[in-house]
Formats: sequence, C-alpha cells, structure tokens
Amino acid sequence: MAKLNLLLLAVLVACALGLVTSQHKARKLFSALEREHEHARELDVEYGRLQLEASTWGQHSRVARIAAGTLGLRVPDARRVRLLARDNAQ
Amino acid sequence: MTAGSIAARGLVRLPVWRARIVLLALIGAFAALTARALYLQAVRTDFLQEKGDARYSRVLEMPATRGRIMDRYGEALAVSTPVKSIWAIPADVQLKSAQRKSLARLLGVSARELDRKLAEPERDFVYLRRQLEPETAEAIARLGLPGIYEQREYRRYYPAGEVTAQLLGFTDVEDVGQEGLELAYEQSLGGTRGSRRVIKDRLGHVVEDVQSIRAAQDGVDLTLSIDSKIQSIAFAALKAAVERHRAKAGALVALAVQTGEVLALANVPSYNPNNRAQLSGAELRNRVITDLFEPGSTLKPFTIALALESGKVTPQTIVATAPGRMTLAHYTIRDVHPAAALSVTQVLQKSSNIGAAKLALAMPREALWDFYDRLGFGRAPQLGFPGAAAGRLRPFRSWRPIEQATMAYGHGISVSLIQLARAYTIFAGDGELVPLTLVKSELAAHGEKLVSAGTARAVRAMLEAAVQPGGTGPRARIVGWRVAGKTGTAHKQENGGYAADKYIASFVGLAPVSAPRVIIAVMLDEPAGDYYGGSVAAPVFAEVMQATLRLLGVPHDAPLEPLEQPAGDAPREST
Repeated sequence: MAKLNLLLLAVLVACALGLVTSQHKARKLFSALEREHEHARELDVEYGRLQLEASTWGQHSRVARIAAGTLGLRVPDARRVRLLARDNAQ
Repeated sequence: MTAGSIAARGLVRLPVWRARIVLLALIGAFAALTARALYLQAVRTDFLQEKGDARYSRVLEMPATRGRIMDRYGEALAVSTPVKSIWAIPADVQLKSAQRKSLARLLGVSARELDRKLAEPERDFVYLRRQLEPETAEAIARLGLPGIYEQREYRRYYPAGEVTAQLLGFTDVEDVGQEGLELAYEQSLGGTRGSRRVIKDRLGHVVEDVQSIRAAQDGVDLTLSIDSKIQSIAFAALKAAVERHRAKAGALVALAVQTGEVLALANVPSYNPNNRAQLSGAELRNRVITDLFEPGSTLKPFTIALALESGKVTPQTIVATAPGRMTLAHYTIRDVHPAAALSVTQVLQKSSNIGAAKLALAMPREALWDFYDRLGFGRAPQLGFPGAAAGRLRPFRSWRPIEQATMAYGHGISVSLIQLARAYTIFAGDGELVPLTLVKSELAAHGEKLVSAGTARAVRAMLEAAVQPGGTGPRARIVGWRVAGKTGTAHKQENGGYAADKYIASFVGLAPVSAPRVIIAVMLDEPAGDYYGGSVAAPVFAEVMQATLRLLGVPHDAPLEPLEQPAGDAPREST
C-alpha cells in the first residue's frame, strides 16, 4: 500500500512538473508569436513609409523637372516616334 | 516539584468545563472560518474574481490601420503612418533647466511656450505636441522625464500634395475622413478597431491570450482609376493656364471612353493637404464635381444630335441664320459672325446661336427635355463623391419658347464639368452614355444607348470640323492625332442675371477621332483679358490630350506634320 502511494506521488510530481514546463513553454512561444506580430506590424509600417517615399521621389512633376532641367531631356518630336502595334498572335 | 510529578500523582484536577469551553471555542472558530469561506466562495465570488483578474488581465485595444489610396498603377496617393503625440500630467512634471531646454528643442517650441503649457497644475492632461515624427518621440522618451508620456497615433500623408488635393480630400487628427474620397470611402478605408483580453506579467509583457473580444479589421486599400502621370500633367497645364489668363479658378477632367474611368481630375486653386494651416473654401472645392455653371456652346452638339436623330435634318441641311439676330419675346439672340445661311455642320463649326436655337425650336420641348434628362443633366452623377452637384434642368412645362431657344446653346441650364464630359461619351462611342467611375475597373462599361451610331459619327465629324481652321477651336488640334471638340464661352451668372464682363471659357473634346479613347473637358472661371473658350481653354485641352495619348500609347491617326495655325483670328462663338 505504501509503495503504491509512493509511486502515485512520484507520478503526481512528474505530472505537476510537466504541466509547469508546458505552461512555461506555451508562454514563451506566445511571447515569440507576439514579437513576430509586432515585427509584422513594423514591417507593414515600414512598407507604407517606403511606398510614401517612392511615391514622393517618383512624383511626375519632379521627374519631369529633373529630366528637363538637369539631364536636358525632352519629349521627342511626334514625327520621330513610331508606334508599333502589339502582335497578339505571338 | 515539577508539573509532571503533580499530574502523575493526580493531585490537581482541572475542571471539565474548561476543556469544554476550549472545545467550543475551537468549533466556533472553525464554523466562522467555514461560513466566511462559503460567503466568499459562493456569494462574493464574481467580485473577487474580477478583482483578481484586474491584477493581471488587461483588455488591449487593437488599432486598425487605415487603407491606402493608390492610383491605377499602384502608386501611393495617400498613406497613413504612425506618429507619436506627446502629452503630460503637469502636476507630475519636474524639470531641471537643462532638461526643459532639450525637451523644448525636441518638441520644436520655445521654452516659454512649454512653461505656459505646463503651468496649469489643475489640468491633468495636456498635449504638448501632436503628431510628432517617431524618431523625435523616441529621443524624448530617452530623456526619461517623469510625467511626460507618448501616445501612438496615425497621420495621413499625401505624396502628390496639391495635385490630388480636392479629389482625395483629407482626414482629421484622428485619421477619420473629412473630405473627398477619404470621406466617401470612410467605411472601407477606415476599418474597425478590435480588442482582446490578455494576461500580463509583473513587467507588463503579454504572456497569454485569454480571448479575442473583437478582431481588428484593417482598412481596405482603394485603387483609383486616376493615372497619376496624366493627373500631374493636367494639373500643371491647368495651373499654368489659370495663371497666364489670371483666371479665378480652373477645372479639368479626363475620361477613358471604353471603361468610363476618370483618368485625371484637376482643380485650381489648390492646397497642400499635408499642411492645412491656411485653407480657404475656394481651395477646398472640387469644381469638376461640385460646381455648376452654364455650359454655353459646349451644349450645342446635343441639340444637333437630337435634331439629326429626329430625322428632320441632315448635316447638309441649310438653316437660315440671317441677319444674325433673332428676337423672341423682347430677347435678342445674336451671332458674333452673322451669316445668311449655314449648314447644320457649319452651325456647330461656327458655333451659331441662331442656328442652334432654330433647330431646337423645331422640336417639341418634351423631346428636348427628355434628351437632356437622359444625358444626366439635372441628376447627380453616381460617383459616390460627397457633394456631387445635380445641376439644374427645369421641367419642360415651365419652358417658354425663349428658354427652349437659349437652352439649345447652353443657357438657362446648369451642369457640372463632369456631367458635361460624361455626356460627350455618346459621341465618342456609338451613342452610348457611359457610366463613370473613380475606382479602377478593367471592364468595358456599358451604358444606355441614346442616339444611333450614325448620329454619333455625324456629330463627331462636325466636332472635328469645329477644331479645323474655320472653326472656333483650331488651337485644340495636336500633332499626330485627330481631335474633335467644342468650345464654349458663357457669361457668368451673378445675382440672378448675367455679368457683362465675367465669362466662363470651356472646351470639351475627344481624341483620336478614328477610334476615340479619351475625353477631356476644361473650364476656366473668369479669365481676364482674352476670354474665349477657343483661345483660353482649347490650348489646355491640346496640351493635356497630347500627353495623355502619348502616355497611353495610342496609335497615330493623323499625318505627323506641324500644325498651321490659321492666319488672323479664329471665328469666335457667340456668348
């Protein structure tokens, strides 16, 4: 009888420790998940900022100003433009 | 003598009642404990549970990010990005002079201004600065000042600035749409914030998710039909024209014919939506959609289309217009270039008021009203844009003959520029009135067929003649593509009458004529000096149309020879 009790006690202690460990692991994983979520949010914010930046630098008026002013480019005369029809068969 | 020896010898007999009292006291104490435990467990359990939870469980707000607005190619037009607001509890703030100086510098205010804000100890919440760059806010947090806190907020940025200002509108400090498309699409752009219950540890880290009360729903991105390159060119051209002609305002709209998409929508004067410190009502107005004006001669093609459709006239039918004046009930209609007789084509080409009036008077007023009504005049366009104007088309029963006559050349009726541009889609296609959209749609739009394909082509040919030398709008032509269009010059309405020296110059046209792709409508309000649609609005049309066709890669349909501007003045339409 005493032996059985001791055995059950040992099983109980093992279970209790197992529960504590798994709870701890779960919380650790959860906090890792939280961190990744936060990271994803940050990346999204970063993406938005980069989009904003790309759009700001790529403003047509700015590109046109630099092309015409700094680089000395201009729209080709219409007579020197040849438009090719896209061949849909290919 | 020891106690043990006394007990052993049974010398002292304690009274039995003392043992009983102790026993009773112990039982009583246990009973009290049990009762208390029962009370706490059964009666007050909810309250205690709540108090317990409050120590470690928290409800977190889950903010929803506002959707982005993009142009048809995915170029960002409006993006929300997090910023920080700095706030303080004045009573808790103790600053050393060096700290005060660095805080004021980071906040971008003077030390005195900062003191003033903090000098109200009875208030327990003061914003020191709203919507600060995250980097600056971090520097402030690093100072580690007591009583100073930060709060995360969102701010909307518009990279295109004044170019798209009236179209997009803006959001308020809470990032809620206030104007324009930001307001119209608030529901889908805004998303819904959510909340969830979590367990936090001693250090404030979230360690467990208990339940999600409401999932946060981020706003949905909005892809517009706008082409930001065309938009930018259109705005620049319009702004230059408004400055050159010292006009009060200007508006321009470009439509894709097949899909009914709005490619560009520009307004001058404009404002910078990123910095709205000085803002006036005039700058806020989206004139294309919300402002009404009497269109003048740009309405003549519809009168002629209806006349052709009725089968009573052909483009070659001669209309007597002598002697350049026509009196109807004390009101005289005049032509600037009097002619004895004009063909229907010439009526449009020379923009003869008398010709248009006579054609209109030959038709029943119901037919005219019905046609205008079906063209969408007098009804707000289904664009989902806040404040879209319906225009004014009076019921035909109240029309007198003079009104029927003046309406033929665009007086006594008021429309918005986008209604006018949309009505021209019947000439661009085979007579179908295309529904418009501000949101990207790849599908070909189908609308109600108002006139036959033959009539649409005939009027298109007349509109092409109107921009040839001898017409009123030769300056609308461009190298490489055939264009067609109509000029308009109208006296401005003021205080119930017409102002003698204030005009609205307009031009509506389409290109390329062989297979129309784009319609552009331009309007300039009160140009000073030269005020004719053909010389004020048509050049803007030409500039924007040329750039648009080039950007869209539309094949040429006209010889690539430089245009010869007609010697002397082009015919001018009557006002």
